[in-house]
Amino acid sequence: MTLFEVLVRLVLVLLCFLVLPLVIGQTEHKVMGHMQARVGPIYAGGFHGWAQLVADGVKFAQKEDVVPAGADRRVFRLAPAVALIPYMVVLIAIPLGPGDLVGRSIDAGVFFVLAVMGVGVLGSLMAGWASANKFSLLGALRTAAQLMAYELPMLLAAASVAMAAGTLSLTGILGEWQWWWLPWQAVGAVVFFTAGLAELQRPPFDMPVADSEIIFGAYTEYTGLRFALFLLAEYAGILVLCALTTVLFLGGWHGPWSGDVGWLWTLLKTGLLAFVVIWLRVSYPRLREDQLQKLAWTGLIPLALGQLVLTGIVRVATA
Amino acid sequence: MTAHGYFSTYGLVGLVLLVGAGFVAAAFSANRLLRPDAPSVEKLMTYECGVDPVGEGWAQTHIRYYIYAYLYVIFAVDAIYLFPWATVFADPGFGATTLVEMFVFVGFLAVGLLYAWRKGVLTWT
Repeated sequence: MTLFEVLVRLVLVLLCFLVLPLVIGQTEHKVMGHMQARVGPIYAGGFHGWAQLVADGVKFAQKEDVVPAGADRRVFRLAPAVALIPYMVVLIAIPLGPGDLVGRSIDAGVFFVLAVMGVGVLGSLMAGWASANKFSLLGALRTAAQLMAYELPMLLAAASVAMAAGTLSLTGILGEWQWWWLPWQAVGAVVFFTAGLAELQRPPFDMPVADSEIIFGAYTEYTGLRFALFLLAEYAGILVLCALTTVLFLGGWHGPWSGDVGWLWTLLKTGLLAFVVIWLRVSYPRLREDQLQKLAWTGLIPLALGQLVLTGIVRVATA
Repeated sequence: MTAHGYFSTYGLVGLVLLVGAGFVAAAFSANRLLRPDAPSVEKLMTYECGVDPVGEGWAQTHIRYYIYAYLYVIFAVDAIYLFPWATVFADPGFGATTLVEMFVFVGFLAVGLLYAWRKGVLTWT
């Protein structure tokens, strides 16, 4: 790989990382608005308020940086970066199209991606503990409990795909993918996507930031740019989760004319899933913390184990 | 794959990490130039619904939380072993044997889960 290629890849990853989460965020503004019989942002930028998030970003960048006197300053200031950067690192491993259309094909891809995604949650934990605020601490503990409940079904569902393909590499998995994997891995897909939503603390699994109970959870004390970075991390997380679900369960770039427009299929499927994420936010009320734990341990984990058994039997039977 | 090829794979990952750190640093440099700086005692006070904070924010948690965390660690370590196994279990020469092993493995997980359930670890009040 030449230096030029390396640079192109780095720039593309940075661009995806900065543009796509904002596209998802703006879509959320508009879709939520219309689903709730509002219109959403309409002024910024003129055309359907397309520049709303850019304006928000400019505003955030000009705001004062407040660190509470009682906080653990260094951890408090570092936390947003820890929450944000892992999602960017994950993007490098996600294949966009057939052949070499991937930032970097990593042999232990599934493993790498899940491990790095887990680091993002550390940012919330750091923020909650370092704030020295009771609401923040409660939020961080809820985040931790949620991670513990949902990381496992996520791992098991991803392992099922790795079993089906016989490889951990994301490009390898897409190379092996067949259309009949859709019904075969359907349960795993639902488990993976649901668990991912919980890991990202998106509604209906957003009790770590439940505003009516604990203000804004671990981010209560944050303002300005650091707050904006946490928000960006949330939307980057949606992007990563949807792209991963696409790659693992929906066949990624596979589709008609995938040789020419494979990357479009990946983006289309990712976008569709992101729409579902927004749709769920509008449709469902927030679960209670214990309901979430119950759903994970008595619902998703047995389902994921069942998917493993099914995958194993079918794979050995067809080998 | 040679050791050199292996490390060069992750070289690019390291570079992305650097780009990410650079992005955050650049954002904060811009922020430093643009933002006002007017701290006051009230502003730096810990937020507590508009009243003065009582005590400190660093509290202890219940010991059950620790047991629950252990439950997760046990399951997660188990699940990690699935990944190397998943790449080879259907290779010629394994087949039915590994499948039986998988049933034993999943059986262990299921019994463990059932045990935790019966012990009341999975009920919350």
